[in-house]
Amino acid sequence: MSPSVGRNVPRKDGIPKVTGAAKYVDDLRFPGMLHGRTIRSTIPRGRIKSIRFGFDLDGFTVVQAGDIPGEKCNFVALIEADQPFLAAREINHYAEPILLLAHEDRDRLLEAKVEIEYERDIPVLDAESSPVVFKEIRIRKGDVDRAMAEAEVVVEGTYRTGHQEHVYIETNGVIAVPEANGGMTVYGSLQCPYYVHKALKALLELPDDRVRVVQTETGGGFGGKEEYPSVIAGHAALLARKAGRPVKMIYDREEDMVATTKRHPSVIRHRTGLTRDGRLVAMDVDVLLDGGAYVTLSPVVLSRGCIHAAGPYRCDHVRTVGRAVMTNTPPNGAFRGFGAPQTQFAMEVHMERIAEALGMDPVRLREINALRPGDTTATGQRMGDDCSALQALQAAVERSDFYRKRAEYAGTHRGIGLALFYHGSGFTGSGEVHLKSKVSLEAREDGVRVLVASAEIGQGTRTMLSQIAADALGVPYEQVECVQPDTAEVPDSGPTVASRTCMVVGGILQKCAEEMREKIGDADPREYARRHGPLLVTRQYDKPHDITWDDTEYRGDAYAAYGWGCDVAEVELDPVTYEVRPLRVTVVHEIGKAIHPVLVAGQIEGGTAQGVGWALNEHVVMRDGAMANGQLTNYTIPTTLDTPRLDVVILENPTSYGPFGAKGVGEMPIDGPAPAVVNAIRHLGLDVRDIPAIPERMMEVACASR
Amino acid sequence: MRFTLNGAPAQVDAPPMKRLLDVLREECALTGSKEGCGEGECGACTVLVDGQPVVSCLVPFAQVRDAEVVTIEGLGGDHPLQKAFADLGGAQCGICTPGMIMAALALGPKPSFEEIRRGLAGNLCRCTGYEAIYRAVEEA
Repeated sequence: MSPSVGRNVPRKDGIPKVTGAAKYVDDLRFPGMLHGRTIRSTIPRGRIKSIRFGFDLDGFTVVQAGDIPGEKCNFVALIEADQPFLAAREINHYAEPILLLAHEDRDRLLEAKVEIEYERDIPVLDAESSPVVFKEIRIRKGDVDRAMAEAEVVVEGTYRTGHQEHVYIETNGVIAVPEANGGMTVYGSLQCPYYVHKALKALLELPDDRVRVVQTETGGGFGGKEEYPSVIAGHAALLARKAGRPVKMIYDREEDMVATTKRHPSVIRHRTGLTRDGRLVAMDVDVLLDGGAYVTLSPVVLSRGCIHAAGPYRCDHVRTVGRAVMTNTPPNGAFRGFGAPQTQFAMEVHMERIAEALGMDPVRLREINALRPGDTTATGQRMGDDCSALQALQAAVERSDFYRKRAEYAGTHRGIGLALFYHGSGFTGSGEVHLKSKVSLEAREDGVRVLVASAEIGQGTRTMLSQIAADALGVPYEQVECVQPDTAEVPDSGPTVASRTCMVVGGILQKCAEEMREKIGDADPREYARRHGPLLVTRQYDKPHDITWDDTEYRGDAYAAYGWGCDVAEVELDPVTYEVRPLRVTVVHEIGKAIHPVLVAGQIEGGTAQGVGWALNEHVVMRDGAMANGQLTNYTIPTTLDTPRLDVVILENPTSYGPFGAKGVGEMPIDGPAPAVVNAIRHLGLDVRDIPAIPERMMEVACASR
Repeated sequence: MRFTLNGAPAQVDAPPMKRLLDVLREECALTGSKEGCGEGECGACTVLVDGQPVVSCLVPFAQVRDAEVVTIEGLGGDHPLQKAFADLGGAQCGICTPGMIMAALALGPKPSFEEIRRGLAGNLCRCTGYEAIYRAVEEA
């Protein structure tokens, strides 16, 4: 039997997706089902004075904050209890949910008008002057002040990134079904079934076994369906409980764009000391993230952002101070990369400016400073043999023919630039220890079943985990299936986030398979099940003994393993419209082991395109705290014509912490494109430090530099 | 109202201004065509009307009277485009896939790379960066 790991086996969900048979949440109907709708605030901050229903309430189910028993239930359970499911009086952001309506006739539901009068307060809209700090993080290594004072050269700079909307092509949606036993089942498009489970238990005051969350086929997530589904699931459940009937809530695109989470905007300041020959001697980094109105996941986003803020470089003296602050805008949340794209954007554009300041080749500057095995990061983590920064850099420079093009493009409207980056796999620090993820593997007469809460959201989870289980158990790939994530059936293997599914969940799964093999000896698992009945093996995350992390001091091994990447972007500037057209991105990623090369390339290509969009196209226009361009007509993600050609090279430098040597891959691709694109623009002599680099901004920069 | 749906005669009673997308999904139980934006930008609802790709979220039902409508379900499951999308990573989350395949179908046999790129410019995919989609269409 040939192994399946490393081969492009047929993806488990391939046929249903290409035939239209795959069932997404909006494809499901239940008998007696109502449609639900959310009435939202139209001011960024203030108080509700009055609510008036301008329609005949007959046939409508109406839910307001007062319908939620007990004030403590009216919070979305996550990190802090600050975000209400429904605003009772105080409004803290535009599009904040105030009341819920359900009706069986969708047209009547959409026509219903609710008039709300407010008393307005002055909103906080500028993160830099926010008085409320949700979370502050400090990372210290060495003595920055002394080293900076002794540095031969000091380079400073401020870099800004904007909101980014996920634009999964399937908007958020759920169906809540009240059960006869008083319980609630929610079917939905989501990444983290147990996050929703936890939120619904708290909201509805129900025990574990009365709440059931089932992930339906999910049309993209990118982090946008990490924490937000708890809100929409809660809303649908409140309506369903009151109506005693199933309630479907599907956001239209505008509601999804205006009301749900986005990537945190950032302002990042660097002050860097160097020797004249380009060695980093002191790095002082200040990170500011705009968290929006409620805490949601901002502390964790900030954490990953800060840990990656000094880039994949060695430096003995580093100080990173990060703050996530409140503004009266819809809460920002998880988005692929989770803070690291923002901080590495700043780092890599700053490195380019350092190279310019020193009159140095940007590749050489990175070569001198790139982390090597044995070096330590800002948190003091010692790099192992799988540290591949230099390899990725060299491969990208060669593959893209960087030096030839750099010379050839000089003086033209074309530019070429690069970015070097890394990305930690799995939860930060002790996160995986706290999660205590569980994975089960079951041998049955009809085959082997993988039981995990990890969601297939397009990245190929079902396929990749089946490959790991098949090879670790020594059975054909075709014999293994992943069960649909359903909290009534699968254990809590943690959220589908943080580039953790392959390395962390896959690692626990590998141990399950090995234990099963030990128990059944040489038998075929199906044959074993026929003779002895089904065999279920469950394992829990086991922290590697040599990984240590100090949460209070932010010292130690931030992640068990890192992927390494280098992007080279080539762009062309239209001198009339100031539009920057990305022509080509050469992408080198070192990811330990590609379990399924086609799936891995898909993650890298898709993440790179999303990163190019963030850099050039995707501009969230905020007016008075509200997204003013909540349509795909004027918030534009890259089409085929806006997406550069992508040339992907996968390198494999295995880690001992992942199954078959695999590290995480989902997020890293979005760390590099934006700085590579901006550095390519800088090659044209244009001093861009903020994204998105839309034509209007490019024109300002071009005029200023004239 | 009569029209041809996936090669068979169909008769559906629905308001003439109802969106073709809703008629297909709700009256005909063909849920393969997806709604991504409802404003004709994303192409997830692409179907063929008399051989031409249209975004069915912008087409009133009245407009397909006596016309020939083909949806993803009309391809069966053995079409070379379907196989190539499945094998080569052209489908990830799958929500844009039915519309993308219908748009690719309208390109005709052996399209050039530029024809593929231009022909699919009205279909958004957030997962693939389009490279795997190009490979799939070129392979098919």
